[in-house]
Amino acid sequence: MGSRASSLLREEDIEEIKKETGFSHSQITRLYSRFHSLDKGENGALSREDFQRIPELAINPLGDRIINAFFPEGTNKKYTAREDQVNFRGFMRTLAHFRPVEDNEKNKDLTSGEPLNSRTNKLHFAFQLYDLDRDDKISRDELLQVLRMMVGVNISDEQLGSIADRTIQEADTNGDMCISFSEFTKVLEKVDVEQKMSIRFLH
Amino acid sequence: LFLSYLFPFDSLICMLLGISFTVWFTLLLVFIIVPAIFGVSFGIRRVYMKSLIKLFEWATLRMERGAKEKNQHLYKPYSNGIIAKEPVSLEQEIQEMRRGSAEPEFDMSDIFYFCRRGVESIVDDEVTKRFTAEELESWNLLTRSNYNFHHISTRLTALWGMGVLIRYGFLLPLRVTLAFTGVGLLVVLTSIVGLFPNGRMKNYLSDKVHLMCYRICVRALTAIITYHDSENKPKNGGICVANHTSPIDVIILASDGCYAMVGQVHGGLMGVIQRAMVKACPHIWFERSEVKDRHLVAKRLSDHVADESKLPILIFPEGTCINNTSVMMFKKGSFEIGCTVYPVAIKYDPRFGDAFWNSSKFGMVNYLLHMMSSWAIVCSVWYLPPMSRMEGEDAVQFANRVKAAIARKGGLADLLWDGGLKRGKVKEVFKEEQQKLYSKVLVGSSEDRSRS
Repeated sequence: MGSRASSLLREEDIEEIKKETGFSHSQITRLYSRFHSLDKGENGALSREDFQRIPELAINPLGDRIINAFFPEGTNKKYTAREDQVNFRGFMRTLAHFRPVEDNEKNKDLTSGEPLNSRTNKLHFAFQLYDLDRDDKISRDELLQVLRMMVGVNISDEQLGSIADRTIQEADTNGDMCISFSEFTKVLEKVDVEQKMSIRFLH
Repeated sequence: LFLSYLFPFDSLICMLLGISFTVWFTLLLVFIIVPAIFGVSFGIRRVYMKSLIKLFEWATLRMERGAKEKNQHLYKPYSNGIIAKEPVSLEQEIQEMRRGSAEPEFDMSDIFYFCRRGVESIVDDEVTKRFTAEELESWNLLTRSNYNFHHISTRLTALWGMGVLIRYGFLLPLRVTLAFTGVGLLVVLTSIVGLFPNGRMKNYLSDKVHLMCYRICVRALTAIITYHDSENKPKNGGICVANHTSPIDVIILASDGCYAMVGQVHGGLMGVIQRAMVKACPHIWFERSEVKDRHLVAKRLSDHVADESKLPILIFPEGTCINNTSVMMFKKGSFEIGCTVYPVAIKYDPRFGDAFWNSSKFGMVNYLLHMMSSWAIVCSVWYLPPMSRMEGEDAVQFANRVKAAIARKGGLADLLWDGGLKRGKVKEVFKEEQQKLYSKVLVGSSEDRSRS
């Protein structure tokens, strides 16, 4: 007669996630219900196919890149049991990047160090969407590939190439024809990153 | 009584069994089957429903009290949403971001829009939650709807235990008996009516027989149905369309009116029922191969509605079962035929038993077992005024208009997404639309620049 989804989530786990991500207790239980409903195989972890089953994500031009952000390189045992699966801790850790910055005041429990939803970390999340090979710089090639994903077949190679060249020219300060994370941050310093990369989680 | 020669005590048992069976069947006959035949009701089911509501409210109060005592939070399902989404479109967002900077064609921050939308859809999307049972606000004492309700005191547990006894020990056997009676009578009586020559007598008898058997089936599910606006009931020569939640929808509608059913020919028990029904009055059964041929399907449907003596057709244009929180895309086939459409909205009350058939998770037998061991099936049916295709409106627009009317009446979300997404992948063309939109924003800004 016990409960289904959340009996698998223990209070200790909830507390740890609260400290690491800053989400509240009720937000964590609700997100766990969501995680559980996406987990069709019921094995406590999500695969790439589970994400692709969401139609709104499947039609997002950068859907695959976003899904990729949930599967960090290497196997950090806390977040992934296997390389192509992400467990609830990993799921929450990635989602935490999108907590509004204002919410941090409500939760004093956070472990010391920079919160996951700081401006820098939000920028880093976006940076990784561009950085396909995870070498901490965005090459012209990578930029072209991501642009191609966003525009589909509607813009010619030449036009896209010139857009990429212009973008790199404007951002690149050290002349290596690539955009590093600090150059990326500089280009976007006037943009309201905190608002654009935040989702309003209800309490 | 010859047994009394062999086992003196067993004769007593046999007598008691005999008496109880007789009493049982008499009660069944008087309180359930006879009213079903005449279409009247004693109102027992409504009293039952009201007492259940009081019971659920009491249970919720106890759980809230238990939560407060332990100083914990009571789980609130995310029926109000996990996140609040901004209804900002792609163009709006990009224009906003452009205003500050010196109009480059492309900005590295353009990615933020797609990124945020993508993660929002991971947390809460409009489609995937329509294919699982609706979450309840508070517990209704059924194990299957207990996702995360804690603080269940001993008293509640005892109530739950009693509920199990009543539902599985009394209600389930009663309902199964009724179901067998209803289906059996349907097969037998329609076959008998089939022997009559075609004519008014046959139609009259067929109507009466169908109605009676469906009413018995309604009681087999302890379905408490409220029909609204019956003056709009479908008439001959039209098509009745309704939102689809479960196979039970058919029973609910057909116990209040006579329809011609449409469907694929099945084997087994279903096939027996289908063959018997079509003897009494014309239903439209398709072979599996014929279903793919859209012209054939359209022709058979048009021929049927053209004949004024035939009953209105009952169709569920979503093509699959949805969980009754929304109405999904209507397939345009039925709207191309060009006859009057009678929309019907069906809304179930999930507190008493969830009627949604999750066909990817449960088979038919499992589903029926769930149905018959719930407290009851409570629903409302609204007959909407008839609609026809207007000048200059194509089938898809007409279908969407009907869908919007049904969604509004039933209090359901009106979605453009295809119910086929339950099993299939979304079409690439939707992604291409998004890409085209973004390209227009990019290229559009360069056109502006070259003009200035």
